[in-house]
Amino acid sequence: MTWSDILANSWDAIRSHKMRSALTSLGILIGIAAVVLTVGLGQGAQQKVANQLNALGGNLLIVSPGSSTTGGVRGGFGSASTLTMSDATALSSSVAAPDVGGVAPILQSTNEQLDNGATNWTTTVVGTTSSWLSVRGRTLESGRFISNADESSAAAVTVLASTTASQLFGPVSAVGQSVTINGTPYEVVGVLASAGSDSTTNLDDQAIVPFNTASQRIVGGSNRTSVQTIYVKAASPSQLSAAYQETNTILQNRHALSSSSTTDFTITTQQSVLTTTSSVDSTLTTLLLGVAALALLVGGIGVMNIMLVSVKERTREIGLRKALGGTPATIRRQFLSEASMLGLTGGLLGVASGVGGALILPHFISNPITISVPWVLISIAVAIVIGVGFGVYPAARAARLSPIDALRSE
Amino acid sequence: MAAPPVAARGVPVADAPTLERGTAPDTGPAAGPPVIELDGIGKIYRSGTIEFEAIRNVSLAIHPGEYVAVMGPSGSGKSTLMNILGCLDVATSGRYLLAGEDVSDMDEDELADVRNRHLGFVFQQFNLLPSLSALRNVELPMSYGGVPREERRRRATLSLERVGLGDRLENRPNQLSGGQQQRVAVARALVGDPALVLADEPTGNLDSTATNDLLHLFDEVHAQGRTVVLITHEAEVAERAQRVIQIRDGAVASDGPTGGAR
Repeated sequence: MTWSDILANSWDAIRSHKMRSALTSLGILIGIAAVVLTVGLGQGAQQKVANQLNALGGNLLIVSPGSSTTGGVRGGFGSASTLTMSDATALSSSVAAPDVGGVAPILQSTNEQLDNGATNWTTTVVGTTSSWLSVRGRTLESGRFISNADESSAAAVTVLASTTASQLFGPVSAVGQSVTINGTPYEVVGVLASAGSDSTTNLDDQAIVPFNTASQRIVGGSNRTSVQTIYVKAASPSQLSAAYQETNTILQNRHALSSSSTTDFTITTQQSVLTTTSSVDSTLTTLLLGVAALALLVGGIGVMNIMLVSVKERTREIGLRKALGGTPATIRRQFLSEASMLGLTGGLLGVASGVGGALILPHFISNPITISVPWVLISIAVAIVIGVGFGVYPAARAARLSPIDALRSE
Repeated sequence: MAAPPVAARGVPVADAPTLERGTAPDTGPAAGPPVIELDGIGKIYRSGTIEFEAIRNVSLAIHPGEYVAVMGPSGSGKSTLMNILGCLDVATSGRYLLAGEDVSDMDEDELADVRNRHLGFVFQQFNLLPSLSALRNVELPMSYGGVPREERRRRATLSLERVGLGDRLENRPNQLSGGQQQRVAVARALVGDPALVLADEPTGNLDSTATNDLLHLFDEVHAQGRTVVLITHEAEVAERAQRVIQIRDGAVASDGPTGGAR
């Protein structure tokens, strides 16, 4: 008997018990749909985080003052900054740091009150240089960004983020207007385009001023010559680790540090944030996959159950097939192919349901679902393997039946 | 040992228009090597410590073209004999040659192959597959014999036409009467051009009209030169055969021509 005959026989058997076959496949269907959706949710979440981080500058290094070995007698993290403006200037050197694409030192003051006549709004004032815009990957909605001239003259100019601008000026264009910070009037020269918020800060609520303006007029005391944060942008995402090494070396040399154990600065990457996030996601995905695997196991037991019933019910047919020349091997193959066909049918329908769910569900939940082709193929293969795996025992029983007993059964 | 006097496997029925096997059918046991040769066949069933000797020391020969009825009361061992003749079971002692092949020591796969090539079964319960059309039911043994699909279809159609069901090819068993179903079973038994047609109580589930029709069909099959062994407990059915073998207590009680009915 050829394989095409066996498959045709199996198809006949499945078709002649439509309801039973459909219910059996349903078990596999649910399991496979669960796998497809679970993996899709996990991948969708990772994709979402990756997209967000890339939007924020995936190739960004954040240099903070203070050692990563906090505690002890060492000053608290960031309290007395060890980073200076000349550190930032040194990092901008294209000779010493060829993989660095841009450097933006930050000196900021939180909870500053901005006044526009009777309207006031409290926000963070960020002092930085003209390169901030490209380093943070931001764009302007209107006006211009602070210039090098503003920087050298410590001009009283500011660029407002979109939320800040609308809070102070409402629907009126803020560009060209005046806003008072610490009693000094500043001219608004530009408004940033919205970037949304990340997990810790609202990127759309801040006021940008020239670095020197911030150090001379806004941030007082001992902090005025220091830098709170230096954003270092690698020339490209692939140069991130090279940029990391260069930044580390330059700062260690400048701070006359002998080894990494005594560093007075910390470099973090967005990538490390991404890694943390994905590891959380993958834990969740693993858990959900476990549930899906259980569903598949139950589905597989359903296949075995139905195949055993089928063998029992078709004992006479098995006897007849043997009398007509069916060998144990062909009988076994037939029942195996029936089981795998049930699995395959359930698998295909499950993938269809999973993909359908992936199209419909995002309208009701906030999470995106990404369907990956390799996982779809794996799911179908798993469905067939389950069919075969759980079909082995019933098929072996069918093959073992003696033709006489089988023919005699009622 | 002589070559089996059967058409080689794969030779289509239609290509052997004279279907004659051995010599003329009405002259009793024919010359030539027997289709069946049993030599001291015994079968012992064991259940725990209890042994039951179903048949013992049965020796007989059935020649090409013979029409033989095997009779006996229930429990006489005729079913056991039928299973052994049909290669569905193996004897515990003795030697069995079917169409010249010694099947006594064959394993399950070899027996399946022998059944497929040499035997055509007709059962009391018809044993048609309910989900398949008459045509597909008749094709079934050929699918195990590896006959190509087109050829199968052609031969099955021809075989059904011969039993008078050429207009019922696509009917399922439940759309056919009992008599018609048994005719499909006969078509299935004949389609592989077997050395032996083995019928086990073929009229047991039929009314008298259908019984007569079927027995007439067996007469025709016999007239075409085929070897037929029919197991029955009905004397009037056995009357149609040329030769009756009576089994009693697991042994051959009598073996001879029928009372001249034909």
